[in-house]
This record gives sequence, structure tokens and C-alpha cells, in this order.
Amino acid sequence: MSDLTDLYQQVILDHNRRPRNRGKLPSANRVAHGDNPTCGDQCDVYLRVDGDRIAEISFDGSGCAISQASASLMTTRLKGKTAAEAEKLYAEFHDIVTTGKEPEEISDVGAFAGVHAFPARIKCATLGWHAALNALKGDPAPATTESHTD
Amino acid sequence: MPNWSTLRDDFPALHQQVNGKPLVYLDNAATTQRPRAVIDALSHFYERDNANVHRGLHALSMRATDAYEGARARVAQFLNAAASEEIIFTRGTTESINLVAASWGSAHLKAGDVILLTEMEHHSNLVPWQLIAQRTGAKLRYLPVTGDEGLLDLAQLDRVLTPEVKVFAFTHISNSLGTINPVAELCARAKKIGAITVIDGAQSIGHLPVDVRALGCDFYAFSGHKMGAVTGIGALYGRRALLDAMPPYQGGGGMISSVDFFESRWKPSPERFEAGTPNFGDAVTLTAACDYLDALGRDRIARHDSELGRLAYEKLSVLPGIRLLGPKTGPRGGLVSFAFADVHAHDIVTFADEDGIALRGGHHCNQPLMRKLGLTGTTRASFYVYNTPEEIDVLVASLRRILKFFSGS
Repeated sequence: MSDLTDLYQQVILDHNRRPRNRGKLPSANRVAHGDNPTCGDQCDVYLRVDGDRIAEISFDGSGCAISQASASLMTTRLKGKTAAEAEKLYAEFHDIVTTGKEPEEISDVGAFAGVHAFPARIKCATLGWHAALNALKGDPAPATTESHTD
Repeated sequence: MPNWSTLRDDFPALHQQVNGKPLVYLDNAATTQRPRAVIDALSHFYERDNANVHRGLHALSMRATDAYEGARARVAQFLNAAASEEIIFTRGTTESINLVAASWGSAHLKAGDVILLTEMEHHSNLVPWQLIAQRTGAKLRYLPVTGDEGLLDLAQLDRVLTPEVKVFAFTHISNSLGTINPVAELCARAKKIGAITVIDGAQSIGHLPVDVRALGCDFYAFSGHKMGAVTGIGALYGRRALLDAMPPYQGGGGMISSVDFFESRWKPSPERFEAGTPNFGDAVTLTAACDYLDALGRDRIARHDSELGRLAYEKLSVLPGIRLLGPKTGPRGGLVSFAFADVHAHDIVTFADEDGIALRGGHHCNQPLMRKLGLTGTTRASFYVYNTPEEIDVLVASLRRILKFFSGS
């Protein structure tokens, strides 16, 4: 199962087993819900935005290992970042999961390169990111991967 | 003539490798594979008999009409309906239930009435009733399900089946639990208070002998593709007295006796409910599928599928941390649904596919039930006539490997 071990790398299994920043964030001043109606995956992202920066971030939800690990890793990437930096990190992540290219700097997000060989799972990997970006924009509409081409 | 020892040869799609492994097709509750006889019936129709049905005075149209109306008669016989006119062709179970809800419901439901459903209904026997409830002011009520064992809580039936209930709609076999419901008893109880009954037969049509008169139901809905026929065709059985008193579902050609600029008159059933050019091409495959299943013997199919469901339940029960749904004892349909606390259903389905096994994971269009059970979804293995006990062993071995991978040991 070579393709599958590419998909389910140790980094992903580890974040799935021991998710980082999981649970509600009591001090959150932004929140957005993401869902993937076909799968039933759900992801809430909580942010405490201080000025232009994400001071704190957490997620909660349920779904496959790819979606949960991606949301977990995302929280570690976005903490302390500005909205513009977050957009840039998402663009890089999107590139990795859709094309399989390695990140410019060595990083755990490279573990998600295997997703590109499983097009049906790309929306699992991007669910948390969509919710986080919506929360940053203060967009009250739930993020749904169904309306995105990815 | 099909027979049990060679029937796998009748299904061309079974004979392939998936990811380098022999296909183990365990997604039959979603759709079954088609026997060669069905595929041939479809080709034969389009190669020789294709023409629009009814009113046609030329040879092909007459042949097509005979094939289409022949399918109706065959389905009526398959269900032991009193007459062919009690069979309305639809796109499948979902459209059949929408037809009853919209047509019967708009004529008979009003504020204060109650639509009784069960907590194990598929969205297709739930959302159409929500829609008509919103339009008429009728209220929805549910017969509860008893936790993971997935039985209808019949002790609650008297409490919920009150005189305000005008329609009681329930599934014959649960698509996510495998429960076979006591539908004849439910029909008899509903009849006592004057409620009509609607059976969702999606999971029973291909698996059990179905006799609508013995069951005592008013309506029975099913899909052809869950019994070896093709997608896009199914039927609604309805008692004729009820059908003849129902308004049309859709308007168009074929369903009118006369049309004026400002009003029209309808034909009786079944034409009243089949506006527009019907799906005659696919309907002929129902004849082939009914013939195929009857040749195998529907009692024997029921035994075979139920035994595989039971065997899978037993063999899976030894896996560490497994949570199995559906009846522990008693009647069980040919499917088993399960969950693990630490491995999500979609990850299991992805890994099983690597072993050539086709499973389904998710909420199975049972979101309210899943929420009640505290689950986001399950993995489901569902069986049909061509599945074998050896395939269950392949499934168990694959699940062991998956659990090991995710536990990191």
C-alpha cells in the first residue's frame, strides 16, 4: 500500500491521534463552522484575533484522519500570523495538496503532498483552512467545501 | 436459468481486480451489480424495440408498449399486487415516496394531523414528509429506536399511534442497522386507527419475498437498482382505491383524458401519475431482474443474505474496540454496520479499497439516527446473492490490518 502510506504519513497519523489545539476557545472573538455535507465532516475554528494577528486558535470537529490532522497542523501554522500571512500559507498548502509539490521550506505540511493522488480527499485536507479563513474575514456563512472547486 | 452454484458468472462486474486484488463488492445496499440477463435486456430493447410508447400505431411502438406494460404486469406479480394499475413507474424509491407525500398528502393532510415516521428512516422517507408537513401544517412524530440494537421501540407504539396520525411511513429493512421491521404488524396497527401506511422497500425488494397484500400496506416504494435492475427506474405500489382518489403528481402528456385551455381531466392510475415520456427503456430491465430473482428463489435469497449478515456480525464482533449496530439476535438483513472510536469510517473505506473491498462509510442518509446514537457515521458492509463467507474473512483480515496501522503498533 505504497500510495496509502504516502497519504497517511506519520505526521498525519500523529496529529490525528494527538490533535493540537483541539476544543473550544473560551476567549475566541471569531468563530466559523466548516462542513463537508457529502462526507459529514465538521470543523469549527475558533480565533482570538488581537489587532491584525491571530493570538490564539483552536478547532473542534469530527471527520477522517486527513481532515482532523490537517486542522490540527493548521492551528500550529496560523498562530501568531496576520490575515495576509494566513492567506499566503493557505495558498502554499493548497498548492501542496493539489499538485503534490514539496513546500519551499522543510515543514510538516509536506506530509500532505500525498493527498494530491487522492482527489476525493483534497476537500478533507482543506476543510479546516476554509473555516479559518472565513473566521478571519468575519464571514458568517459556514465554509462548505461543496461550493469550492477544491 | 441462473443457479446458485454458478451465479457469480452471471455478474460481469464481479470479475475484475481492484488495486491488484480480486474485487470484493460489499456495497450492495447502495446499489447491486447487474446480472448479464439485465444488461442484455437493456441492449436488446435499444437494438430492436426502441420507440415511444402508447398511442403508437407502428410496429416498434407497439413492441415498446408491450415491453413497458409487460414490465408493469411483471412487477405487479412480483409484489402480488391486485392489478397492474396499482404499479406506477418512478425514478426510484425517493421519487415514489415524494409522489405519495405530495399527492396523497396535499389532498388529505391539514393542520392538527400527524405524520408518524420512525427514527431509523433514510432521508428519502423523511425529507418528503417534512416538505408536505410545512405545506399543510401537519406535524411530524417519531417512533423511537432502541439504541445500538436498532429495534423499533414497539412498547411506545400505542403512545405515538394516536387518532391524529393520518399516515405512518416506515422502512422495511434499515439501510444502516440491518433491522428487519415487523411491517405487517405495523400496518395492522395503523389500520385500526384509520391511518394509511407507506413502506420504504429500498432494502427489502431484492432481498425478501414481498407480498403487499399479505403485508397489508397501502403503499410500497422501491428502486430497481437495488434488485439487479438498472438505475433510474423504480416503482410505487398503491392500493387502487387510494390512487384513484389522488390528484396528479406532475402534469404533462400521457396523464390526461382531455385538456382545455383552462382545465383538464385526468386518466386513472397509473397514467395519471406518469406525465411525460416514461422511462420504458429501463423499465424492461425490471422484468429481467424479477425473472432472475424468482429463478433463484426469493426465500432462499432471504436466507442467504440474512445468514451473511449474521456471520459478518459474529466475525466482526471479535475485533478490538468495534461498536456493532443492529439486532444482536433475531431477524437481520444482509448488512452490518460498525464503528471504531479511533478510526474514522472514511479512512477504513479508503484502506479497504486498497485490498479490493468496496465498503461504504458515513451517515448513510440517516443523520438524525446517527446523532441520536452519538455517531458521526459508520462503516457498512452489505451483501447480495453473489457474496460468500470467504469474502467476510477477507474483510475481517483487512480490518485487522487497518486497526494495526492506525494504532501505530
